[in-house]
Amino acid sequence: MEKFVSVTSIATPFPRVNVDTDIIIPAKHLKSIKRTGFGEHAFETVRYNADGSKIEGNVFDGPKYKGAKILIAGDNFGCGSSREHAPWAIAELGYRCIIAPSFADIFAGNCVKNGILTVALKQEEVDALVLAAEAGHEIHVNLNDQTVVCQNAKYEFDYNPAHKEMLLNGLDEIGQTLQAQGAIKGYEDKQKLMTPWLFRG
Amino acid sequence: MSKAMPKTMYDKIWDHHVVEDRGNGVALLYIDRHLVHEVTSPQAFDGLRAAGRPVHRVDSIIAVPDHNVPTKDRNLPNPDPMSTAQLTALEANAREFGLDYIDMTDDRQGIVHVVGPEQGFTQPGVTLVCGDSHTSTHGAFGALAFGIGTSEVEHVLATQTLELKKSKNMRVTVTGELPKGCSAKDVTMAIIGAIGTGGGTAHVIEYAGPVIEALSMEGRMTLCNMSIEAGARAGLVAPDEKTFNYLKGRPYAPKGGQWEAAVNFWKALKSDDGAHFDKEIVIDGSQIVPLVTWGTSPEDVVPVTANVPSPDDYADPAKREAVEKALEYMGYAAGTPMTGFQVDRVFIGSCTNSRIEDMREAASVIKGRKVADHIIEAMIVPGSGLVKLQAEEEGLDKIFTDAGFEWRDPGCSMCLAMNPDKAGPGEHVASTSNRNFVGRQGPGARTHLVSPAMAAAAAIAGHFVDVRNF
Repeated sequence: MEKFVSVTSIATPFPRVNVDTDIIIPAKHLKSIKRTGFGEHAFETVRYNADGSKIEGNVFDGPKYKGAKILIAGDNFGCGSSREHAPWAIAELGYRCIIAPSFADIFAGNCVKNGILTVALKQEEVDALVLAAEAGHEIHVNLNDQTVVCQNAKYEFDYNPAHKEMLLNGLDEIGQTLQAQGAIKGYEDKQKLMTPWLFRG
Repeated sequence: MSKAMPKTMYDKIWDHHVVEDRGNGVALLYIDRHLVHEVTSPQAFDGLRAAGRPVHRVDSIIAVPDHNVPTKDRNLPNPDPMSTAQLTALEANAREFGLDYIDMTDDRQGIVHVVGPEQGFTQPGVTLVCGDSHTSTHGAFGALAFGIGTSEVEHVLATQTLELKKSKNMRVTVTGELPKGCSAKDVTMAIIGAIGTGGGTAHVIEYAGPVIEALSMEGRMTLCNMSIEAGARAGLVAPDEKTFNYLKGRPYAPKGGQWEAAVNFWKALKSDDGAHFDKEIVIDGSQIVPLVTWGTSPEDVVPVTANVPSPDDYADPAKREAVEKALEYMGYAAGTPMTGFQVDRVFIGSCTNSRIEDMREAASVIKGRKVADHIIEAMIVPGSGLVKLQAEEEGLDKIFTDAGFEWRDPGCSMCLAMNPDKAGPGEHVASTSNRNFVGRQGPGARTHLVSPAMAAAAAIAGHFVDVRNF
């Protein structure tokens, strides 16, 4: 997994509330058996007209926010379907960090697995960052200190310590868990006695 | 010695599955059951192969295709090569790793969240995951069941665990008695309408109260199914005699002497008296009426007898803007009455409402009537081959087809329009599914979520009606 320590970049403002994962990547594009190729369809209804042409002035394609690695989003971002294709698509657009008032649980979990940091800030702090993003200011996000700095403002955020360690070190989570194989085996031996009906033969 | 702290059902199931406590509410949690479908698993199996890792416990898994499968002409080649590739990959992965696999021609095939309970694979007290957010359905049995992403699918396949932070406890109590003409779908929509799509975020919801106790197992599945639409990680209903009766004799249910032991274990799962809930909501069930969504979020709920709201009804500027955008997408003005509003297409199906009782509910409204002439298509898609067979045994298929409905083969179908079942741009769809998101049922399609009875009535009348007087 790609490490995440800090990022400094301009940001794309997209503060719409309740953006669901169908908006991030519509179901008709989930038929690939690969992890790549979703970026071009990301936010399709926001970026493309029905005839396939680009919507003028959409925040994802115009020159203004080109190269942005930070997305400033609205409340309850990533709600709905559990599809990990959503963070895959967002990563392909170049984003490493999403800042919003809140995130749907499954989406936030999927982001961690893909080296994307989700930062939950207060609504008024996000509102201020939207203005800063529109003004073209750079935003600095540091996971080590758990801070977001922009101009003279500095915001602190909470983050799951287990996820922090994974992101900072770019750990292979399955490899990490397999180090607990003994404990997993021990748990199963106990459960085979307590709930034997959950084990086959 | 002091008495043990009273625990919620969620606390008990969580504690029972902790392999390693990692502090700060984070634990390595054991996963008992895993449902696998074709859309969110191919990349996970690729990951296993790339790392040379085996599946940790093949007896914890059922694999079944559902999202992409065609719902008619299954004997013909699938015209979509991408769908074919996904379906083929699932079968090849299931065979390679030695999983229980139910193929498209098997009577047991269907939507994962219909198949799991039907096979007795879903049981009280287990942890159950699937790469699908509607895994919350299985909470109807008192199982801790939740959707996961593809990386987590791979993690569970390889390790039988997930590292998780414990959610908070929330209880939604529905008091009184559910009025005639309302079903579990109206209950869940009423809850989401009341608490909003973020109302359950970071929580596991336990549903309680007389209305929940009175629901059948299938009704409880409909209820728990939409917990995710309220943002909750999972929904739970305490197992009771209905749960045990439902499970007894099913293929994966405990057998012989293990049955009694299992029932005793299950009976102990319910929340202790005095257990602490971080959030409590009480809803008067006797005030619930047939509901319909008017907008593009499942929280956009109104009684069928009410009008489409106006942005001016909301103080919060973000919500006002969302309402304006929703009205623009849905193509009508604020104040439009829902009753009498024309419907173009009808879909009865999905993991929310495709079980035998849903079929019976629809049939009771449809019997002896005809689908309105202007309806482009009215489609009924049973949740599994077994539901289909049961419905046919009861003659329900005849009621549907005589009325002009299409009677299809099982799958997710027009809930998310990954297969050829879609609505056209601008069409208004009365749908028993779970999400009225922008473009969910096809680009530009306008979804209205309703109960099976309300969808059936809309198909006959050609517009939304109050099913209580229909």
